[in-house]
Amino acid sequence: MNRLRWRKGVNAFWTMMSGAAVLAAVLPLASLLWLVISHGAPGLTPGFFTSLPTPVGEPGGGVGNAIVGTFFMVGIASLLALPVGIGAGIFLAEKGDGKLGSVVRFTSEVLSGVPSIVIGIVAYGLVVARMKHFSALAGGVALALLMVPSLARSTEEFIRLVPSALREASLALGVPAWKTSLRVILRTAMGGIVTAVLLAVARAAGETAPLLFTALNNQYWNTDPLQPTASLTVQIYNYAISPYEDWHQKAWTAALVLLLLVGLLNFAARFLSRNRLQGAPR
Amino acid sequence: MNAFQETTVVIPPSRRMLDLQAKPVAPALRTPASAQEPPKLQVEKLDAWYGKTHALHGVNLVVPPRSVMAAIGPSGCGKSTFLRCLNRMHELIPGARAEGTLLLDGQNLLGRDVDPVSLRRRVGMVFQRPNPFPTLSIRDNVAAGLKLNGIGGNHDEIVERTLRQSALWDEVKDRLAASALSLSGGQQQRLCIARALAVEPEVLLMDEPASALDPIATAKIEDLIHELKSRYTILIVTHNMQQAARVSDQTAFFYMGDLIEVGPTEKIFTNPSEKRTEDYVTGKFG
Ligand SMILES: Nc1ncnc2c1ncn2[C@@H]1O[C@H](COP(=O)(O)OP(=O)(O)OP(=O)(O)O)[C@@H](O)[C@H]1O
Ligand SMILES: [Mg+2]
Repeated sequence: MNRLRWRKGVNAFWTMMSGAAVLAAVLPLASLLWLVISHGAPGLTPGFFTSLPTPVGEPGGGVGNAIVGTFFMVGIASLLALPVGIGAGIFLAEKGDGKLGSVVRFTSEVLSGVPSIVIGIVAYGLVVARMKHFSALAGGVALALLMVPSLARSTEEFIRLVPSALREASLALGVPAWKTSLRVILRTAMGGIVTAVLLAVARAAGETAPLLFTALNNQYWNTDPLQPTASLTVQIYNYAISPYEDWHQKAWTAALVLLLLVGLLNFAARFLSRNRLQGAPR
Repeated sequence: MNAFQETTVVIPPSRRMLDLQAKPVAPALRTPASAQEPPKLQVEKLDAWYGKTHALHGVNLVVPPRSVMAAIGPSGCGKSTFLRCLNRMHELIPGARAEGTLLLDGQNLLGRDVDPVSLRRRVGMVFQRPNPFPTLSIRDNVAAGLKLNGIGGNHDEIVERTLRQSALWDEVKDRLAASALSLSGGQQQRLCIARALAVEPEVLLMDEPASALDPIATAKIEDLIHELKSRYTILIVTHNMQQAARVSDQTAFFYMGDLIEVGPTEKIFTNPSEKRTEDYVTGKFG
């Protein structure tokens, strides 16, 4: 009897301790969300999404060009990174057991460990220094460099998750190996790869450092890949470090917009991967 | 060890004898007319390895066209390995290799100039575990071999015919667009049989196709084998002695990588030459 009481006591104690640990993990996130929403929401008007930034003190204005710029550069980055990253992932999964495979894998591991500011400098050296001016292209290259290793890694993992019985099923029907890879294996892994792409895009959309000295910024609309381009993150940075109250408010609102955007991408990725699990064998 | 005990449980000798006596097979079935024709498949001194594991030791046998051969033997004796050598799926396992002579219509399958891809079109396979394509619908699974290989024709018609043959049509005809994963394990296996039939191979390898099926579906598959025999050459692995007795013309008994005995099914089950064969088929192994 005594023992039972003691055990119940111990149980209650540890339940409380783990509850506290959960609270400690969730509190910072909750307070971050609260801070961004409470500061940012007041400035969230339809015009904020559609209009250009205004000078200090002038009411109204928004980050429309920065939203477009972020999409534009993430688009350029995806165009560059998806074929390379997914292609490398396919290679690693299908033929990656040899020497070349381990070299590629090691390289992509190192690349994924490189701080994003360094990636920015590399893109500066590769593109900006040669073209002699900042551009959306340079920003896209920097973001692509960030996306490739994670894309390669997750593509490889999702392809390896496809049971070898499916490969055998296809080969046994007399389907050539390359067609089996593309039309059976890749197709089966596609749900996972799409999820990985969305997560990589979300991550790229949230990066500031690689854009600071590649795409720089722009006060106007721009969809010319060879011109400097605004982005949400750099815009937030510029607003936040400025001394003006008015701009601080805009930084909060732009941060909220960015958070919504990234959250939406993550949510979509979640949704897709959950749907995929529901189709799993019983 | 376990495997032998299992066998004993599955086939009590009394029932097995009963079964054979209750269902005497017409002599005509037992000796296919095709036995006089040149063999469809001729295996000579076939050896197979998994890395250093020597899984098959010098197997020799001959399969006449339009006949059924059953491969029996305890678990791990090399039946699946043997089947997988015949369509060169064996060599796909890292470190695995096969040596010897495998003649299909007189042409050596293990030759360097043989393209395994076109060979596999002629030698179809149903695997031990059902492996439908999870992202495809029921209809597209059956038609997968046709689509992936760019084979034309009326796919809907082929889908219906092969699904009827594999005794699945009535259960799925109203949901052909549903995912293949919505089927039960036994239904998935029949789907895989339909998929293999759709590309019309000359030889069909079936690795325990009925191990996940209920008696009714099993009976339908056995009927299907009888029906297919008029056009195809079939090799079937089974742990069910009654099934081997019912469907096959010849039976091959494997034990620990050796082909112990091969001969007309009736002889193997009633009057085998080897003591080990007799012990195995009567269920009192060892
Ligand atoms: N992928 C593999 N790697 C290494 N050894 C293997 C592999 N597959 C099978 N073997 C070995 O080869 C031998 C024959 O295996 P095989 O699968 O042909 O047996 P089986 O007769 O089909 O058995 P079962 O009735 O259980 O299906 C076994 O000893 C097994 O351990
Ligand atoms: Mg087997």
